[in-house]
Amino acid sequence: MTGENAQKSLAIKNDKNNKIKSGTADTVQQIIIYTIVVLFSLMCLLPFVLVIIVSLTEEKSITMNGYSFLPTHWSTSAYKMLFSPNSSVPRAYYVTGVATIIGTLIAALITFGAGYTLANKQCKYRNALSLYFYIPMVFSAGLVPWYMISKSIGAYDNLAALIVPSLLFSPFNMFLVRNFVRGIPNELNESARIDGAGEVKIAFSIYLPLCLPVIATVALFYAIGYWNNYFNAVMLINDKEYYSLQMLLFKIQSELTAMQHLAVGTSNSISPPRESFKMATSVVTMGPIILLYPFLQKYFVKGMVVGAVKG
Amino acid sequence: MNRSEAVKTKQNLPKKDLPKKKTNVFQELWRNKFLYILAVPAMVYVFVYSYASLPYVAIAFEKFNYKTGILSPFVGFDNFKYFFQSSWAWLVTRNTLVINVVFLIFGTIFAVLLAIILNEIKKKKFLKITQSTMLFPYFISWVIVSYMLQGLLGTENGLINNLIANFGGDKTNFYSTPSYWYPILLILHIWKNTGYTAIIYLAAITGIDEGLYEAAYIDGATRMKRIRYITLPLLMPTICIMTLMSIGKIFYGDFGMFYAIIRDNSSLMPIAEVIDTYVYRTFKNTGDPGLSMAIGLYQSVVGFILVFTSNRVVKKFFPEGALF
Repeated sequence: MTGENAQKSLAIKNDKNNKIKSGTADTVQQIIIYTIVVLFSLMCLLPFVLVIIVSLTEEKSITMNGYSFLPTHWSTSAYKMLFSPNSSVPRAYYVTGVATIIGTLIAALITFGAGYTLANKQCKYRNALSLYFYIPMVFSAGLVPWYMISKSIGAYDNLAALIVPSLLFSPFNMFLVRNFVRGIPNELNESARIDGAGEVKIAFSIYLPLCLPVIATVALFYAIGYWNNYFNAVMLINDKEYYSLQMLLFKIQSELTAMQHLAVGTSNSISPPRESFKMATSVVTMGPIILLYPFLQKYFVKGMVVGAVKG
Repeated sequence: MNRSEAVKTKQNLPKKDLPKKKTNVFQELWRNKFLYILAVPAMVYVFVYSYASLPYVAIAFEKFNYKTGILSPFVGFDNFKYFFQSSWAWLVTRNTLVINVVFLIFGTIFAVLLAIILNEIKKKKFLKITQSTMLFPYFISWVIVSYMLQGLLGTENGLINNLIANFGGDKTNFYSTPSYWYPILLILHIWKNTGYTAIIYLAAITGIDEGLYEAAYIDGATRMKRIRYITLPLLMPTICIMTLMSIGKIFYGDFGMFYAIIRDNSSLMPIAEVIDTYVYRTFKNTGDPGLSMAIGLYQSVVGFILVFTSNRVVKKFFPEGALF
């Protein structure tokens, strides 16, 4: 920064005419740049603000004036309804939370194990193994086999259906871990071996702690994947007991649409879909992501840059 | 190349510890049993979900029956014929390709522009706050995005229709007018992903040698010239790699997005039904796995050719960017 300022003052001294021109043009450009950035940020932020405001709006106000940033009447009744005893949201919250935590832990461990092995130079077949993991990344047989396999291994209408199919392991994340481990000097491995450390100890007491940054990144990829996934539930869950949050949101919306189109009452299985209730459910669904956001963003940005640029 | 050389020198170094003899498969497996065991869970998982799914491909050539499973009666290419003779084949292929190409072109332009603009911002705190805000939509599920969209475009309560009504216009039913949806889908895509993609480009820009800019500045290059003659050319390799990688995925529609936003709205299907949602719909609605497997296989084969080719091209021209 200071270096740049010095350069600038130097340039200004050198050429007085140029100074005036570039000076005004520069300020105008600066203003344009900052305006664009602020506008785009607002575009990204305002929809969330709208959701939060609508979730706190009284239902009558919505039916009379529609969605608004400045509602006439405020109310927390949507949130009360959300946490009332016959609401299905707490159960969905619990199911999604359990699936996310268990899934992320197992997935991160499996991914670390495979990535570590692939990076290890002792392992003679590591290139063959890489190929083995690479092929599924370029060819997948699609939905039908996926569905049938999930069903035949018992991942259907239970918690396993939300954890196991397609979410538990991603070769992409594994290559991320592999590349990270490759960056750790091999001498570490050798000296630990000379000091008499066993393979287990080397992997879990030496490499695992060193790999924590990349494991955190990968775990966050998985956790976001689990939390936001509704595909597994759409495909493999019929039992309402195992609806994940996203699935519940999806269903509430569908039932509302169906109601509008057919003008008939919905089944009473899900609480009456009201606008503020819908938005309140969205808010609590986004809750953990908002809370963890600073942490999340830090590791995500790191991991993304490593993964995207270095492959 | 480099790696195998490195391995050779490594093997030369600790001569005393490693047995020099050539080992066979079982000796190698036994010697490094722990390492292989670590990789076993991932291998099993990939086997179950990828390699074991290959026999199911046969379903595409069968009149599927749940009792006989994979061994249902063979019908040749009937399922494919049925699909390619229907108007859906062209429709879903076109939609998938058109939407992905539009997303790719505009997505890249916006992300590169945003990255360049962000790079011009020197106030660190301002940059951090705005960047965090722009990245946030990326973490939100498409289901919630569909709620927000309803809040904006809904016919009864939607914000935009309220504005229209306030100014005395007639309310528009966005959800039954397909022509609005190319721009809407594009805006959604850009809104959700630009913050994310821009970070990758911004990282590439940050990697450019600062000395180049300083030299250009002293020589009197304006901001625009610096962007035009330094940033853009040096960013080109990254843009090419990212674009090629995306071209590989051009035959796959984003199911999470389209199914959450469009759902079962049949009036929007002519422009927004993509291969992935169509495979899902045939599977759920007709209950004929043979037909949806055939469509899925069509997608997989074309998709494979595209992914494979794009990876090869990346590897040839940008070796450091290739995944494998």
